Amino acid sequence: MVGETTTPAHTVRSYDQDLQRLRDMVARMGGLAERQVADATAALVRRDTELAEEVVRRDAQIDQLERDIEAFCVRLLALRQPMAQDLRLIVGAMRISHALERIGDYARNAAKRAIVLAGLPPIGSLNGFERMARLVQENLKGAMDALVHDDAARADEVWAADEPVDEIYNGIFREMLTHMMEDPRNITAATHLLFIAKNLERIGDHTTNIAEMVHYAVRGDTLPEDRPKADTSVSAVVRPPEG
Amino acid sequence: MVNEAALRTPPPAVRAGVAASAAEAPAERRVKLRCRDFHFYYGAFHALKGINLAFEEGAVTALIGPSGCGKSTLLRSFNRMHDLYPGTRYEGEVLMEPYGVNIVDRRVDAMAVRMRIGMVFQKPNPFPKSIYENVAYGLRLRGERRRAALDEKVEAALRDAALWDEVKDRLREPGTALSGGQQQRLCIARAMATDPEVILFDEPTSALDPIATAKIEDLVQQLAGRVTVVIVTHNMQQAARVSQHTAFMYLGEVVEFGETGQIFTAPRIQQTQDYITGRFG
Amino acid sequence: MSGGALSAEAAARGMPRASVGRLRSNADLIFAAIGLVALMIGVLTLTALIVDLAVRGLPRLDLQFLTSFPSRRPAQAGILSAWVGTALVMLVTAVVTIPLGIAAAIYLEEYAPKNRLTAVIEVNVSNLAGVPSIIYGLLALGLFVYLLGLGRSILTAGLTLALLVLPIIIVATREALRAVPPTVREAAYALGATRWRVIADHLLPYSSGGIATGVIIALSRAIGETAPLITIGALTFIAFLPAPPVRPEFPFVSFQWLFDPFTVLPIQMFNWVSRPGTDFLPNAAAAGLVLILMTIAMNLTAIYIRIRVRRKVKW
Repeated sequence: MVGETTTPAHTVRSYDQDLQRLRDMVARMGGLAERQVADATAALVRRDTELAEEVVRRDAQIDQLERDIEAFCVRLLALRQPMAQDLRLIVGAMRISHALERIGDYARNAAKRAIVLAGLPPIGSLNGFERMARLVQENLKGAMDALVHDDAARADEVWAADEPVDEIYNGIFREMLTHMMEDPRNITAATHLLFIAKNLERIGDHTTNIAEMVHYAVRGDTLPEDRPKADTSVSAVVRPPEG
Repeated sequence: MVNEAALRTPPPAVRAGVAASAAEAPAERRVKLRCRDFHFYYGAFHALKGINLAFEEGAVTALIGPSGCGKSTLLRSFNRMHDLYPGTRYEGEVLMEPYGVNIVDRRVDAMAVRMRIGMVFQKPNPFPKSIYENVAYGLRLRGERRRAALDEKVEAALRDAALWDEVKDRLREPGTALSGGQQQRLCIARAMATDPEVILFDEPTSALDPIATAKIEDLVQQLAGRVTVVIVTHNMQQAARVSQHTAFMYLGEVVEFGETGQIFTAPRIQQTQDYITGRFG
Repeated sequence: MSGGALSAEAAARGMPRASVGRLRSNADLIFAAIGLVALMIGVLTLTALIVDLAVRGLPRLDLQFLTSFPSRRPAQAGILSAWVGTALVMLVTAVVTIPLGIAAAIYLEEYAPKNRLTAVIEVNVSNLAGVPSIIYGLLALGLFVYLLGLGRSILTAGLTLALLVLPIIIVATREALRAVPPTVREAAYALGATRWRVIADHLLPYSSGGIATGVIIALSRAIGETAPLITIGALTFIAFLPAPPVRPEFPFVSFQWLFDPFTVLPIQMFNWVSRPGTDFLPNAAAAGLVLILMTIAMNLTAIYIRIRVRRKVKW
């Protein structure tokens, strides 16, 4: 069965080297995206505008990596006529790099908001953000590991592990609405924080997508449509305190 | 081992990645040729070991596999080509529908089988006769004498082979004077002139340049729907391009059989995967 | 390939020109020289022979020579009975040996099962081509003359020569059949042709050039044979023609000529050469010239047929 067993080498050895290089490029991009998420959150929590600006600048690297990976994949498709697992890996790499680029964009957006928030009075605790960012980072790392090691089981774990992220997001959503209702002067900061939370939640969604792509690249079949989800904010209603 | 059931129920695996065009066909697919525990021997050499395959009527089925895997041997069994050489033996059944005749039974007349199952060979092999006579020969063998009927069928066959416009003004010239690609299309016209039910292609483009190859591949696809096509090819991209079903063979056995899109994107057997990705031996 | 081209090629591949190229081209040159000398020995001898024959025989070669019977007087002697005899014997030989030879070859090549018996037959057929012709004469004397009572006739001579050249035709035909690519055979079978249709529609037409060549080589050999005919008792002095093959009265054709005694050109020549004195030598030379011309004509026909078939049959 196709899967975690070690696959034999290609008869054309340079092909193996190309595929390895592709994995490395995607893994590097994944590592970079992880670091962006971590740094954006740290900049937020520590009110560190310098770090936040660094994150905004670094996003260009992620964008460049996406273009490089896409060009390399197109080249491999044209020159190697990949089949089966190789084809799935290359197509997967293109889609994963696109997802990572989106993740990078969310991180940059969060960093920009962190710069604004540093100039506003702090509201509430940011523990939820730290926990959310840590979970998202772990998942992203897990998805990348799964890709590098052809490990479908690891990808499946990541795919199923987005629920806690959604739950934290729901909590932050309610908390921010409450802050806004308590004091209208909180609205600017709370709105920015709400968007950052949304960004982290979206990053989590992209991470599960990446896990799905890794699963398909490794196994050749697809995961079921209905992923465990816990984002209830779409229907959340917080009533203003009476009186 | 995947058996003929794979033909009736489209493989569920390929929901993403590939368009499931083949899977949208009507659920009931008609089978034209059905191998049941088919064995073949060259003398003491057991070349085909229990082949179970079903070839869908009107579809193109590709046989792929490394050299010596038995794919050509299987193909040549279908029109009893092995009868021409001493020391060969068929065992088991290759049933031709709709009547379920076991065409590898020696009691079944090989000539009658070949009248219904045409073949195009690896190397273009037109007769050193005129283009017209090449195409008309199969009809003449079937007793057609009427000039008008011959003319009509020769033209139709040459049109089928997309060769008519190139040769209509020189039908009396020898077929061997054509280019390699034209010769191969002439051979296709020759095989098609007699309205066979099945047409076998034995690596039909291995001696041709890419343009001529593309023309043959286009023809093979045009033929699908009208006749049942079985094609042996070393070129996996070719199998992927022209066929609806693909069987991967190794050491005289069918390792995996399935819808072509599935075989080339998500094969179920590791051996198939290793072969089609170029990781073999 | 010339030595220059070779060393240029060697230089282009970056080989040291002096060591490899020169050495090779020297060996080439030496062998080419040896080959040329060998060829010249053969060609010059043959040319000398023909020129000598022509110089001595040409003055004697005229219409009278072709239309006269042998005579005691050299100036009046001719080869009428000899060339007519040769032509008729060749006719019988051809009619008998061509169908037999081709049929036998087709059987061996297309029908015969590949077993030990056919292997033995194949070896024998090849070896028969090398049996000295006088042996055939002895065989014919016993079989045709005494056992079958055919007499010392044109028929006996034709049958004898037919036996003699049969292996040549069989071998040549088999070679020609084998030269038809198996892919063409398969193409015909794949269209549903029976074995007979494959043979008649494809194998024979495509191999006709090779078969014709074999036939004519065989007849060229037969035309010059003397020993077996002398063995069966061909006469050396014949002053009359065989019975004519057509008659004015019913049934208009006659095969009486088959049983008439005969002589042939080589025997006539032998007769003249072996006479004491040199009076008949120009006659012998002239007869030899006629024989050579007949052989050349036959070979030209073979070449013509081969070229024509080759132009039509290409793979």
